[in-house]
Amino acid sequence: MSPAAPRSKRTTEDEAVATLADGMTIGIGGWGSRRKPMSLVRALLRSDVKDLTVVSYGGPDVGLLCAAGKVRKLVYGFVSLDSIALEPHFRQARQSGTIPEVVEYDEGMLQWGLYAASLRLPFLPTRAGLGSDVVVNDPTLKTVRSPYADGEELLAVPALTLDAAFVHLNRSDERGNAQFLGPDLYFDDLFLAAAEPGRRFLSCEKVVPTAELLENGSFHTLKINRSMVDGVIEAPNGAHFTNCQPDYERDEAFQKEYAQAAGDPEAWKAFVDTYLSGSEADYQKAVASR
Amino acid sequence: MSDVTTSSDVTLGEICVAAVADTFRGDGEIFASGMGTIPMLGARLARATFEPDLLVSDGEAFFVANDLPVGGTDKQVEGWIPFRSVFDTLWGGRRHVVMGATQIDRYGNQNIANIGPWAQPKAQLLGVRGAPGNTINHTTSYFIGNHTSRCFVEKVDTVSGIGYDRAAEMGEWVKAHHEIRRVVTNLAVLDFATPDHRMRLASVHPGVTVDDVVAATGFELVVPDDVPTTRTPTDDELRVLREVLDPRSFRDRELPKPA
Repeated sequence: MSPAAPRSKRTTEDEAVATLADGMTIGIGGWGSRRKPMSLVRALLRSDVKDLTVVSYGGPDVGLLCAAGKVRKLVYGFVSLDSIALEPHFRQARQSGTIPEVVEYDEGMLQWGLYAASLRLPFLPTRAGLGSDVVVNDPTLKTVRSPYADGEELLAVPALTLDAAFVHLNRSDERGNAQFLGPDLYFDDLFLAAAEPGRRFLSCEKVVPTAELLENGSFHTLKINRSMVDGVIEAPNGAHFTNCQPDYERDEAFQKEYAQAAGDPEAWKAFVDTYLSGSEADYQKAVASR
Repeated sequence: MSDVTTSSDVTLGEICVAAVADTFRGDGEIFASGMGTIPMLGARLARATFEPDLLVSDGEAFFVANDLPVGGTDKQVEGWIPFRSVFDTLWGGRRHVVMGATQIDRYGNQNIANIGPWAQPKAQLLGVRGAPGNTINHTTSYFIGNHTSRCFVEKVDTVSGIGYDRAAEMGEWVKAHHEIRRVVTNLAVLDFATPDHRMRLASVHPGVTVDDVVAATGFELVVPDDVPTTRTPTDDELRVLREVLDPRSFRDRELPKPA
């Protein structure tokens, strides 16, 4: 008797977003304006899901979700477009006070919170954040004292357990064994590992047969295995306009257009009409026909 | 823009790069990390000249062994330093970072997060980024290209990087490892070599007076009786900087135009 055929986890952005409910906590991989799961974020914009808690090393994912009024709580270490230092929609949202709850962590604390969740620990200790206004602005943060001879007081970063995770990688097989080919995985594996099984979605530039994975890069690039992934979405150019090295660089001209439009309500309405009012295919077509 | 390598026409950018490089003096085999063009050039200049054991990165994810020019892509990679390894390295203390500051106070508390009240800022900036973790774990210096009383303030709006007064309230470990070494600006070099770690004027750049610096500082600065002039780069440093590390003169674009 031959074993059952491998289970395919192929799905679409819209099916992935359909598993979400109002008020959920969503972690978004990538870093700033680098390898963000933008096609999944765009699907979120098309949906009527709201009141989200968003956890991110923020870039345009955070900006777009803020602009669409989807964010009830934001947990971040920074929000930036890299080549454009400040994210315009995020700035507007903060300056007009439209995000009801804001948690600003040190970058390393965010990693620690995700790591704690992935290890099913209630917290992990660190010094990062102590003495800064991070602990002033989030009075729910607590410290722990080392039980050993040093007796040092440390910050207990609480587990950032996610209801769902979105990441974008370079390659994956249809079972969710995924591969990064660029210079940095960022914290994508931790976002997946910190999320409840059932809503861990991975988009990729190309779905390939398992046997092909090691033709693209060394085994060191296989940091995400299928036990960490529930749904695989083939999304060529899916990280646009953020980068997805080595497949493509950031679309700087488009990012500039995005940032300029964000500064003016009329221009932003036109931007949304042109790029964000249809399907992902419509988006990619509009981008290509500029 | 000039190819001349005599020290008579040294630019402000070059003085700042050398002053940043000096902050890494004696650091040995650690990660010399610079945020922005002048800090990055300072790290690379120090490594290329008097501090050869330093590790410097390409600003992306690799340690480079060669003297990589700003914007250069011809890298001799000697190590991989993705963000996770950066965090590991800094929590392990094997790093000295030169960051920017939107605001800084007399004890070296730094703000890059926001201007105005944190709850609803007048201007939202980057967020605290890695500043809390950097400052509590390893040596930090700052480069501020526009020294004004709007930046050098009595009290910063959000403490991102922690200064000496905050560190003093914490445990012995923190007190032993916290160090804000220097603040390099377009006017001067400042340090915290005072009994209570208040900011002190260490040197003024050529052509700048002590009064200029005092007027551009929004808190009371410790001013010694004799304030030396910041050194100009050596001919060898100028050659490395102009011909190797920054042939396209990015070093002068980060500074305000002279009045």
